[in-house]
Amino acid sequence: MSAEAVVVRHRRYPLRQLAAWLRDLLRHDKVGFLGVLGILFFVGLALFGPIVVPEPGKPDVTKIYQPPSLEHPLGTDYEGRDVLAQVLRGGRSLIVVAVLAALLSTVIAITFGALAAYLGGTVDSLTGLVTDVILTIPQFPLLVVLSAFVKLDRPWLLAVLIGLLSWPTLLRAVRAQVLSLKEREYVEAARALGLSTFHILFREILPNMAPYIVMSFTIGVTSAIYAQVGLYFLGLAPLAGENWGIMLNLAWVRGAIFFKDSVLYILSPILAIALLQLSLVTAARSLEGLFNPRLRES
Amino acid sequence: MSVRRHGSPRTVQVIRRLLRAYALRRVLKAVITVWIVVTATFFLVRLMPGSPVEVYIHTLISQYGFTYDEAANQAAALFAFDPNQPLLVQYLDYLRSLARGDLGQSLVSPGTPVSSILLSYLPWTLFSAGLGLFVSFVSGLFLGMLMAYRRGGLIDHVLTALGSFFQAVPNYLVAIVLIVFLGVQLGWLPVTKMRGAVSPGVQPGLTVAFVADVLYHAALPVLTYVLTTVGSWMLLMKSSTLSTLEEDYVTVARARGLSDGRIMRAYVGRNAVLPLFAQVAIAAGFVVGGSVVIERIFVYEGIGFVLLDAINRRDYPLMQGIFFVITLSVIAANLLADLLYSRLDPRIRRHPAEGDR
Repeated sequence: MSAEAVVVRHRRYPLRQLAAWLRDLLRHDKVGFLGVLGILFFVGLALFGPIVVPEPGKPDVTKIYQPPSLEHPLGTDYEGRDVLAQVLRGGRSLIVVAVLAALLSTVIAITFGALAAYLGGTVDSLTGLVTDVILTIPQFPLLVVLSAFVKLDRPWLLAVLIGLLSWPTLLRAVRAQVLSLKEREYVEAARALGLSTFHILFREILPNMAPYIVMSFTIGVTSAIYAQVGLYFLGLAPLAGENWGIMLNLAWVRGAIFFKDSVLYILSPILAIALLQLSLVTAARSLEGLFNPRLRES
Repeated sequence: MSVRRHGSPRTVQVIRRLLRAYALRRVLKAVITVWIVVTATFFLVRLMPGSPVEVYIHTLISQYGFTYDEAANQAAALFAFDPNQPLLVQYLDYLRSLARGDLGQSLVSPGTPVSSILLSYLPWTLFSAGLGLFVSFVSGLFLGMLMAYRRGGLIDHVLTALGSFFQAVPNYLVAIVLIVFLGVQLGWLPVTKMRGAVSPGVQPGLTVAFVADVLYHAALPVLTYVLTTVGSWMLLMKSSTLSTLEEDYVTVARARGLSDGRIMRAYVGRNAVLPLFAQVAIAAGFVVGGSVVIERIFVYEGIGFVLLDAINRRDYPLMQGIFFVITLSVIAANLLADLLYSRLDPRIRRHPAEGDR
């Protein structure tokens, strides 16, 4: 199978390509298929959860930490509000911020990684140096320290901060790939045709890396979720609004772990986050298999 | 043959020079990184709107009736630079005191140098995170090779599923679940007694009681680190082993009739581990970073625990010092791994251009 053929097909019928890929996935990689289904589920939850599910109700001191019942299938929280509604509504902000952060870091990594490899010279050494510096700065402690200076109350700010810190790994991979792909015949042919650097990079070389890029985007989403939930759990991002990180923080701080009836209150955001991360990672792994057939055979 | 004999001393010389240059370049890069991080943190603390130094000076003036000069002098002692001087002079002063190992003093407990706080908490993080990394790396290597040799079998499938699961779930969630079930709901472990890094009253020393106590307190953090990282080592080692098994030298070794055990140890294992060493450095950084939440959850008194304390109390010099030390240890781990890697894999020092990234 030639790589160029895939690219051409991909350009013409993206939906049919996606469907064919899903069918292929269902046949060969059931776990990966489940992961993709999981992602679709969580995307749907993020889009429609806050619209479809009613608000978890007003604080009510008489209903604190109630056991699961028909009215409250997952019980109630420390101020008597429905837990299930909070879980169903609490995915959106986390997922939106994570996707934005991963998008930003992917764009940075692709642009500068490809340019560094293609242009070489000073551009390459300069990006190399910046990459090394950012890579050696531990991301989460830096976010923790930054939270003492910047109020992380605007979601886009959190997305930008996480995005700006998490591109180095992908950049290195893109650079290495472009270095090896740029010696291929079809790239030389494009160069001989006098096509622009931009065209060669973004129309000829990068489409061949698409599965890898989507994979690291997925991984980027998981690490952005890790960072966000961590910040909320530690109470370093303002606990306004509703999301799983805030639920986790409140459940932990208000001692939900100590009572039988309220264990579900702390376990439900944990389960939601764990399932989301699991779907993302399994989908990413099956993409990795697509990119690296050596793994698929095993 | 004669040409080769002529050339060999020169080749050795060239390789030696390259190695020296490679090591030199690495060290230089590490130093530059440290400098950039230090500079960035300095200007972050000094230039942010509502700079903590200014805030501190104003608190002294308004609450304790200091004059501006007195307050500024007090702040100078705490932050290891004098806010009355021009910014550049402050910066140079700060660098000079850093070079002497002077990180300023804690704001919250005046008179306590930041460096002494670091010295008393850092070893616990290095110990628990290092032990976790070591245990998970070594067991990951063995499990990964096992999976590669038995690929497609039951062990492979079960371990892959478990590994992916724990790799995907954030480590602090695992820690919380451990506390919720082992500690509270089932009541198997006395989690409140396991808090802290050592029990009060236990004398430090190389005694059985001390070592046992240290391990007892570190057990839950270490278990969390191992559970959440062993999966990725396993899977990395598996794919690395699989690609090594396809190498020509393994086929040749088989053709020579060497025993399977010998091939596994001397040919497959050694070469498959090589690419993982570079990952250890990155993982070291991640483990230190991840310790912030884990230590908070288990109330393990390491550097991550103190960092959160410093942030909640807005103790800027301490915060700055801890972040500096965390970054420094990551950079040092990276440097060490690079140098080690170049010793283990001669290809890197012979082709420095390729190994440069």
